[in-house]
Formats: sequence, structure tokens, C-alpha cells
Amino acid sequence: MAQIEETLRSFVIDNFLFGKSDGLSDHTSFIAHGVIDSTGMLELIGFLGTQFGITLSDEEIVPENLDSIRQLARFVERKLSENNMGAESCMQALSN
Amino acid sequence: MCGIAGFLTDGIGPSHAAVLRAMLRKIRHRGPDETGLHLIGPAALGHTRLSIIDVAGGAQPMHNEDDSLWIVFNGEIFNYVELGAELLARGHALLTRSDTEVILHLFEELGEDCVSRLNGQWAFAIWNTRNRTLFLSRDRLGVRPLFYTSIPGAFVFASEVKALFAYPGVDRGLDLRALDEIFTFWHTLPPRTAFQRISELPPGHSAWVTNGHVSVKSYWDLPYAPPEAPSNGAGEEDRYAEELSSLLEDATRLRLRSDVPVGAYLSGGLDSSIIASLAQRTGIARLRTFSVRFEDNELDEGAFQNDTVRFLETDHQHVRCSNRDIARVFPDVVWHAEKPLVRTGPAPLQILSGLVRENGYKVVLTGEGADEMLGGYDIFKEVKIRAFWAAHPDSRLRPLLLKRLYPYLPQIQSQQPAYLRAFFHIDPADTCSPFFSHLPRWRVTSKLKSLLSPAVTAELAGYDSLAALEAMLPAAYSGWDPFTRAQYLEARYLLPGYILSSQGDRVAMAHSVEGRFPFLDHRIAEFAARLPARLKMKALNEKYLLKRCARRLVPESVLKRPKQPYRAPDARSFFCAAAPDYVDELLSPARLRKDGIFNPDAVQKLVEKARRGGVTGAADNMAVVGVISTELLDDKFIKSFTARS
Repeated sequence: MAQIEETLRSFVIDNFLFGKSDGLSDHTSFIAHGVIDSTGMLELIGFLGTQFGITLSDEEIVPENLDSIRQLARFVERKLSENNMGAESCMQALSN
Repeated sequence: MCGIAGFLTDGIGPSHAAVLRAMLRKIRHRGPDETGLHLIGPAALGHTRLSIIDVAGGAQPMHNEDDSLWIVFNGEIFNYVELGAELLARGHALLTRSDTEVILHLFEELGEDCVSRLNGQWAFAIWNTRNRTLFLSRDRLGVRPLFYTSIPGAFVFASEVKALFAYPGVDRGLDLRALDEIFTFWHTLPPRTAFQRISELPPGHSAWVTNGHVSVKSYWDLPYAPPEAPSNGAGEEDRYAEELSSLLEDATRLRLRSDVPVGAYLSGGLDSSIIASLAQRTGIARLRTFSVRFEDNELDEGAFQNDTVRFLETDHQHVRCSNRDIARVFPDVVWHAEKPLVRTGPAPLQILSGLVRENGYKVVLTGEGADEMLGGYDIFKEVKIRAFWAAHPDSRLRPLLLKRLYPYLPQIQSQQPAYLRAFFHIDPADTCSPFFSHLPRWRVTSKLKSLLSPAVTAELAGYDSLAALEAMLPAAYSGWDPFTRAQYLEARYLLPGYILSSQGDRVAMAHSVEGRFPFLDHRIAEFAARLPARLKMKALNEKYLLKRCARRLVPESVLKRPKQPYRAPDARSFFCAAAPDYVDELLSPARLRKDGIFNPDAVQKLVEKARRGGVTGAADNMAVVGVISTELLDDKFIKSFTARS
């Protein structure tokens, strides 16, 4: 979980905050703090696909799953386990 | 169309003529046909002329019968024929056939109220030798620019800021609050400009300069009314349509007054097609038309341009603009725009004005202003949809309207309602904001501010540009509906601050071309302000009344096409193959660190993203253009400003 969070954090900081992590906690709401706009959502969904092999259904694209580092990490972890990815596969995904 | 410059100072000496000439050299592109200057008492007035009306007799500075009033004037007074006849009937002696002289004599009669009689686009200065006062005025909607500054011992004015900087003692420095405003609204809030201590005379304002004291006053504003009254009968729509048709025809007719040939831009959209059609009907047998096309199919409107050309049988030429072309001309565009830009839209239009000039034309009609006045922009639809959705935030169907509004934006098409609600601020708290219509746009643009250096950010701490704008709004604003408020924000601020300046006057004048805008005839602006909103946009059908008037004027394909906003390639222009070398140089961490405006590490992240093709959204695209244009501005105007013709 910690490593997933770190991967997600790096992506969010580099792509949406121009490398500035000021004030971004694991619970910061992306929406409320204007971290992600409509294009950013597509980038984030694309990243989940390329980095973790996760495909999202329309119903899954909701703030409850994607609106903070912590929510994202939980969602990724759940999806990976649903996809029957073992710890080794997770590690492989994270090292990509 | 021309450029003006001048100053008031303590006594006039031989060196003052040289200073005035240096100022005029900076704006020679505005008027390459002739230069004139006059030094009288403490006043120096200069003029660079683009000869259009009374080519032989309209030289400036110009004086009245007894030499007590002297004028320099940039622009056109389109009703000068009628005003001249009135003045002759009242005993004035007119020595020329020019519109300039008409202003002068009207000023003799009416003083500052003379502007209420003018139908046109202007920036002028009148020096009264008797009471030693200077009167400055700018047209109602801000078509023509006018800047000024006061320094110890002098008041200096000019059509462009670069001419002010040629006056000894006028310091050059970027105004950081201007950066904050541009990185929010795309424009500064007048009288602020991008430069410290340099002011612009706001549209619809005049100023008196007396004994070194500057007094600025508003003489006109868009006369929007409170929420509309119910329909006044079945014939209402017909009557409005008839009135609009008649106004448009007359506005176009007046704007064909010229002693040189008049051409027209054709964007492929409704507005420019209507104007070209009216120009052809009103007297030009075979109109010359000009357009810009893009290599990017998504942005190119060539098919619709060709439809109009075939329909009207105009003599047409286009210029094709590549991504690289945009990057190539961009430094020159910033030199002319004199402010940071967040879009590259002005660049293709500067290339287009070059095409016009190459073909020997000095004057073009365009369709600017229709979207603002008659309800064309997507933001007007957006505010209607958002207000409709906000009334029932949990509706599953209302968000679909937003998807229908932006068929060309994949990032909107693929969003779920919860995210659309967040991105479009469907929140009861936001509906109470005076800026409800513009919050989504401004919040996206404001993301650029996170690229500013810590020092600049600290300097701007406590400055609230939205509060500054709110303080400028007219008292009646709070009583208007969201649609009318959105119209006011577009017409009063974005139109002069970006559309008519960076994307209008400045890039046309870069090639000595004058734009004329029938939709910005003040009679149409006043008509549109009292036109019920339901006739501007019927449900989500934009420019409803205008389309009714256009039925036989333009091809069916143009009349029925969905509205496509004018867009040019942004970030990819600067990161395409063979992009100009200056891009890497401007964006290098060492350079950024030295300049101190932006955070080099943050910009580096943006640049890396752009290089791997990851810059696709509005915020990132604006960030790339914003950083490059600001650095160019800093370089050209602050660091290495030189005398340049």
C-alpha cells in the first residue's frame, strides 16, 4: 500500500502540480484543491492503465475512488486483488 | 488608421523633437505612409499615418481655423460625412475631407461631449493652446489603444507602450499584479497594463490633463437592463429582426467608407460571412476576402470558408499556418501585443494580416463582436446549463447537456456526472458568486500561478484579482441574470483586453492593416444590450436572432454549422519538430533562475511533460504559452529594449 501510494503521489505531483508537493497530503481532495481538471482525469485514468494494468468502468470513475492519494491507493489495491494479481505482480507493476 | 504619440512637458526645446521622433519610430508600423509632428508651448504631438480617408489632405497633427486646437487621431469616424454636413451648416469652415477635422470642430462645439456624436473607433488627443489642457479619448468598446504615464515634469501618451518607453525617464518594469490578472482573466483590469506605472485609458473613457493632473471619466458603458420583461406579442421577434438587419446593413455601409479598397476576413464562421455578404450587397462588386487555414484538420475551417467563397463569389486568398509558423512569429507577436499571452491565437492572425498587406490592402472588415453582443460564445450556453443543473444537482440527465455543448472536447465527453459537477462548479455556493459564469475558466487559468517563483508568489500574497474586478463592476450588475453578467464580463473586459487588442488591433497593425468591425457599431451594441436574452440564445441555439437575419446572406452549411470557437495550436507549436531555438533558450533552468519570474523546477516538469507529448489540457497548454510569452516580454521590453523601427 505504501509503495502504491508513493507511486501515485509522484505521478500526481509531477503531472498536475509541476513538481511542487506543498500541501498535498494523502487525504487532500483533488477536486476541492483544484489539483486535477477534466484533462487531468483522463491522464490519471490512463496512468492507472499503463502503470497498474487497471481498466475502469464508468461506474468506478467517481470521487469516492479517485479523489485523494489514499482513496486512489485503496482503489488500486482493491482492483489489483480483484484481478488476482499477487504481490509479485504488484511489485512488477510498480517497478515499471 | 495610424499611431499617435506625444507629451506635455516644461518648455519645448530642440531635443524634444528628437524625442518625439524616437517615440514615433517605435510605432511606425501603425502608419508607414507619413509622419507628422508639431511642437507648441509645452505640448508635443506626433502622428504616423496610414492614409485611408482623404489621402491627399488628411495629414496630422491638424489644427482648427485659428490654430487654437491641435489634434492627433488614430482610427476612423465612420459618420464623418453626416457630421461634416452638420458642421458646415452651422458655419464651420472645413479645409479637408478628412474625419480628423470633423472631430476637431465637433470638439469646438461640444467639448468633451463631442464623443457622444461619433460613430467609430478612435483614440485621439486634442491640445487646447488657449487654456493649455489636453483632452484624450478612446472609443466606446476599446477598438483602438491609448496608453499614458506621468513622470516628474512630463505627461506622456501613445498608441503603444513601446513608444512611451522611448521617452527619457520612463522606467520599464513588469507589473506583477498584471501577471496575476492575466493568469486569471487572460487580460489586465484597466487601467492596469503589463507594465508598472503605465496606464491604459479604458474603453468608453476620456481624460483631461491639466497642469500635470490627469482626470479620467467614463462617458459610455454597455446599457444592459434588469431581467427582461415578458414577450410583448407575436410580432416582437420580427420587429427585432428587422431592426437588427437594418442596423447591420447601415453599420457595414458606413464601414466601407474609404479612399482605398476595403477587403474582408472570412473565418468560415457565421459572423464574418454575414459581414462579407453585406459588404458585397452594399457596394463592392467583387469583394477581396482573406482567411487563415491550419495544417491541423481539427482546427482548420477551410471547407466552410470555401462554401462562403463559392456562395458569395468573392476573390479569395488564404494563408496556411503550420505549428512551426506560430512558434516562428510568436516573439514578434509578443512585441506587438505588449502583454503576456496564454493562447497562441494572435499569431495566425498576424500571419493573416501579412497576407492582406502583401495583396496591397490596408483595410479589412471582420466579424468580431457578434459573439459578445448577440450571444454566441459557449460560455453563455455553459452558464445556462450550469444554472439549470445547479437547481437540481443530483439530476442524471442535466449533465448530458454539457457533453452536448463540447462535442470537440474528449475530456468532457468521457467524464462521469460527479466529476462534471466538480469541474463545472455545480455547487450552490458558486451560484451565488457574481462570477458564476466564469469561475470554471478562471480557476483553470489560475493554475498558471503555481509556476511563479516563490519571490513573485510572495509579492502577490494578499492580492485578490477577483475582488479587484468585483470592485470595478457597475452597481446594476448585481441585478442582472447570469447570462447578462457573462455577456458584460466578455464584452467589457475580454473583448478589449484580449480579442480586440492582442488578437485584433495589435496583430493587424503589425502589418499596417486596419480592422473594421460592423458588429461593434455602438448602435448595435446598444440594441443588443436591450435585446431580450431569449432572442440572443433560444434554449441553446446561439445567436438566434442573428441567424434569422442571416438566412439569405450566407450558405446553408455556414448557417447551420455548430459553433466552433477559433483556436490555434498552443504548446505543440513550441515542441514540434524544428521548433525555433529560442524556445529551449527561454525555458532553460539557468535562464529562468536568472529572470526570477518563474520557478525553474516547476517549469522543467512542464517542459518534460510537453516534450513527451503529455500537454493536452487547457491548463498545461496555457502554462506553456504563458511562460514563453512572459519571458519574451521580459526580454524585449525590460532587458533588451532598443530603439527599433
